[in-house]
Amino acid sequence: MITLIRRPNPSQFWTFATPIVAVIATMIAGGLLFAMLGKNPVEAIRVIFWEPLLGANASYFRGQLLVKAGPLILIASGLAVGFRAGIWNIGAEGQYIMGALASAWLALHVYPAESHWLFPAMIVLGALGGLLWAMIPALLKVWFGTSEILVSLMLVYVVENLLAYMAFGPLKNPDGFGFPGSRNLQDYPSAHNVDLIAGTGLHWGVVTAFVAVIATYILMHRHITGFRIRVAGEAPRAARFAGVIPARLVVFCLGLAGAFAGLAGMFEVSGPSGQITDSFNVGYGFTAIIVAFLGRLHPIGILLAGLLMALTYIGGDMAQLMLGLPSAAIQVFQGMLLFFLLGFDVLTNFRVRLGRGASA
Amino acid sequence: MSELLQIEGLTKAYPGVVANDGVALRVRPGEVHALLGENGAGKSTLVKMIYGLVKPDSGAMMFQGAPYAPVDPRAARAAGVAMVFQHFSLFEALSVAENVALGMENPPPMRQLAAKIRSISNDYGLPLDPARLVGDLSAGERQRVEIVRCLLQDPKLLIMDEPTSVLTPQEVDILFKTLRKLSSEGTAILYISHKLEEIRALCEAATILRGGKVVDHCDPREKSARELAELMVGAELKVTDRASRQPGDVVLNVTNLSLPPMSQFGPALKEIGFELRAGEVLGIGGVAGNGQEELLATLSGERPSKHGTVLLSGADISALGPNARRAKGLLAAPEERLGHAAVPAMSLTENAILTGTTRKNLTRNGFVDQGAARRFAQEVIAAFDVRTPGPEVAARALSGGNLQKFVIGREVLQAPEVLVVNQPTWGVDAAAAAAIHQALLDLAAQGAAVIAISQDLDELMEIADRFAALNEGRLSEPRPTKGLSIEEIGLMLGGAHGMQEAQI
Repeated sequence: MITLIRRPNPSQFWTFATPIVAVIATMIAGGLLFAMLGKNPVEAIRVIFWEPLLGANASYFRGQLLVKAGPLILIASGLAVGFRAGIWNIGAEGQYIMGALASAWLALHVYPAESHWLFPAMIVLGALGGLLWAMIPALLKVWFGTSEILVSLMLVYVVENLLAYMAFGPLKNPDGFGFPGSRNLQDYPSAHNVDLIAGTGLHWGVVTAFVAVIATYILMHRHITGFRIRVAGEAPRAARFAGVIPARLVVFCLGLAGAFAGLAGMFEVSGPSGQITDSFNVGYGFTAIIVAFLGRLHPIGILLAGLLMALTYIGGDMAQLMLGLPSAAIQVFQGMLLFFLLGFDVLTNFRVRLGRGASA
Repeated sequence: MSELLQIEGLTKAYPGVVANDGVALRVRPGEVHALLGENGAGKSTLVKMIYGLVKPDSGAMMFQGAPYAPVDPRAARAAGVAMVFQHFSLFEALSVAENVALGMENPPPMRQLAAKIRSISNDYGLPLDPARLVGDLSAGERQRVEIVRCLLQDPKLLIMDEPTSVLTPQEVDILFKTLRKLSSEGTAILYISHKLEEIRALCEAATILRGGKVVDHCDPREKSARELAELMVGAELKVTDRASRQPGDVVLNVTNLSLPPMSQFGPALKEIGFELRAGEVLGIGGVAGNGQEELLATLSGERPSKHGTVLLSGADISALGPNARRAKGLLAAPEERLGHAAVPAMSLTENAILTGTTRKNLTRNGFVDQGAARRFAQEVIAAFDVRTPGPEVAARALSGGNLQKFVIGREVLQAPEVLVVNQPTWGVDAAAAAAIHQALLDLAAQGAAVIAISQDLDELMEIADRFAALNEGRLSEPRPTKGLSIEEIGLMLGGAHGMQEAQI
C-alpha cells in the first residue's frame, strides 16, 4: 500500500525536479504510444524534440519557435496572475481576438498614411481592446456575482462571430477581389510588426513577452500587490483580513490578463498573421492556460513552458509530416505532458511511503 | 471487580514523535475516568486507538475480558465503545433524526427512529425534537444530538473529548446529570478535559499523561485544581502578574451596532454597544457561534458597519477597512489561525507581512522590504518564544500553540492602541496560554485597551477587568469581574438557552 504524508514545507527539490521528470515520463509513455502505432518511438521523440532545434532545417524552425512561444508566454503570464488569486479567466482567446480587431481597425482606418505614431497607437489600442473585453466578466462578477469562468468562456464564441463579421464585412480588403480577410498589414510599413533580427522570429511581441515575464515576476514576488494576490488565492479570509478588497482584485486580475492577451493579438495580426480573417485565432488563448499551469503559475516557469509547448507544436507538425503520425496522437502526447506534470506534482507537497499502510 | 477496559504497554510513534509510550490504563464498569494532560500529551492518540481510528504499534487492549483490537470505528462501536468528538460531524441542513440515521449501519424507518430518539433523549434528560434542523440548534443541543447518537448503540464505554468547551455553566450541569445517570447504570465514561474543576466535580479516577507517558494516577476529588495542573505540566505554575491599572480615557466607542448574518445559519449582531477605556481588558464571554466571529469582523474592518457605530478616539471609523484601522491603532487577531489569522502555506516572514505592512513599514513604494519583514518575524519569534527552526518555515508546520503565539505576538509588537483577540488560547497548552495572558496584561499595563473574546470563562476571569456576555448576537451590559460569581455569568450567557431539563 502507498501512503502519502503531507510535507510541512513544500519540497524545494521536487518543485524544480517534477517538470523534468514529467517530460521524461511523457517521452517514455509517448514512445510506447508511437510504438503501438507502428512507428519507431526513438525516431518520433527525436523528431519532436530534436529536429526543430538542431535538425537539418532547424534555422527556419527556431524562428517559428519564438513566433509560437511569444503569444503563449505573454498570455499565460497575465492569466497566471489571476489564477494565483483564484480568478479563472478562461476567455483569453476572446480577449486576444479583441486586441487584434481593435488594433487592426485603427491601422486599416488610417491606411495608407505613414506615421511613427501608428504602431505605438496600435499597441495601446490592442491592450485596451483586450482589457475592455475582459471587463465584461469582471464587472458582471463584481456587480451580480456571476461566474467569471462561464462568462469569459462564452464571450469567446461571441467575439469569434464578431471576427468573422469583420473579416467578411467592415474590415474586408476593398482591393481583395472579393476574397474574405482584411488588407495584409505586413505590406503596410507603419503597421508592420517586423522581425527585429531578420529570420529569427524575434518580433516586438516576443520582446513584450519577455518584458511581461520580468514584470509579472516583480509584481508577484517583490510587490505588495502580488503578495496580496497570492494570499487571496491561498486563503480568501486571510486576504480580507489583510485588507484586500475582492472586487478590486477581480478587476485588476481580469484587466491585466485581458490587456496581455489583447497585446498578443495585436502583435500577431500586425506580424506573423498579417491580416484579419475568420480563421485568425488558432487557440493561443486556450493553450496559454496549459502553459500557465505547466509553468507552475511562476513567470520563469511560464517562460520555459511556453518554449516547450511551442516545441511540441512544431515538432508535432514535423512528426506528422515526416513520419505520418496522426495529429490525434500528437495531441495525446501534449496532453500527457500536462497529465504527468500534475501527477508528479504530488511529490512537491507529499512524501510517498511504500509499505504497511498505517493511517496517520 | 473485573475491569471493563484494560490497556497494557500501548505504544504509537509518528515520524519524529512518540505519541504514546507504553501507556497503561484501567477503566472499571460504571466509572467516570478522566484523562488529563496538556495538548500533545497523547490523550487524543490514546482514545483514537481505543476507538479504532489509529492502530497501535505495540501493546495490548482487553475489553470486557476479551482481547480487543478494533480495525476501524465500526468494529469499536460493535464492541460497545462510543465517542463524542469535540468537533461535531453534523449536517446543518438536515434534521436531527436524519443526522442520527446517517451515522447508523441499518437505520430503522424514520418514524420509528424519531420515536426512539425522543424516548432515549427524555430518559437521559436531554430532550430533543427529532424533526428540527440541526442548523437551528444551539451548540449545546447539537452536542445532545451527538450524545443521543451514541446512546442509541447502548455503549459500555463512552468517550467524551472536551465536551464542555461549547457549553454554558448551566448546560454543563445538565450534561453532568446525564453522565452520572449513565455511570449509575454501568456505562463507563472516559472523559477528556482540561477544565480541572469539572474533573474534580465529575470524575472518580484520573490518569495523567505527559509527553506520551502515564506519569500518575489519582482520585481527582482528593486533589486541588492547582495540584492537578502541576501534575499535568510537571512543574510549578507561574501565576500571571496582574499589575493594578488605572483605566484612562474612552478609546473605543461602539453604539447600536447591528449586522445581518454572514452565513445561512450564522447569527446576526443586534444593537451592540459598549465603551472601552485605555488600559483596560474587556472580556467578552459566550459560546462560539453566538456572534463572536461577526463582532471581530466588524471591529477589525473586514465587515464595515453603519455610519457612526464604531468610534475610535472619537473619530468615526465604521466605514474604514482593516489597513486603515491598523494605521489608526486598532488591531485584531481572529480565532481561526489557519486561513484567517495566517496563511497556512506561506512562511512566517510572509505571514508577518500579512498584517504588519501598515505599522511596521515593511514596504517601500509598494515593494516588499524582505529584510525588514524577516527582522519583524524574527522579533516576534524571539519575543514570544515561538518554537520554530526559523522565519522561512511555513505557518502550517507550526503546532497550534506556537502559531497562536506568533499570531498574538505579531499584533502585540505593533504597539496597538486597541487590540481585539478572539479565542486567544484556543487549543493552546497551559504554558503558552500563560504567556499569551501575560502579554495581553502587559499590553494593557502600557496603556492599550484590549478586548478578549473567549469561550473559556476561567481565562476571562483571570485577565479581564470587566465582563460582558455575547449571546445570540446580543451583548450584555459589561460588569466588573471582581465579585462576579459563576452562576451570574451563566445567567448572563443565557442560562441553559431555554434547553429543558427532563426529570431523571
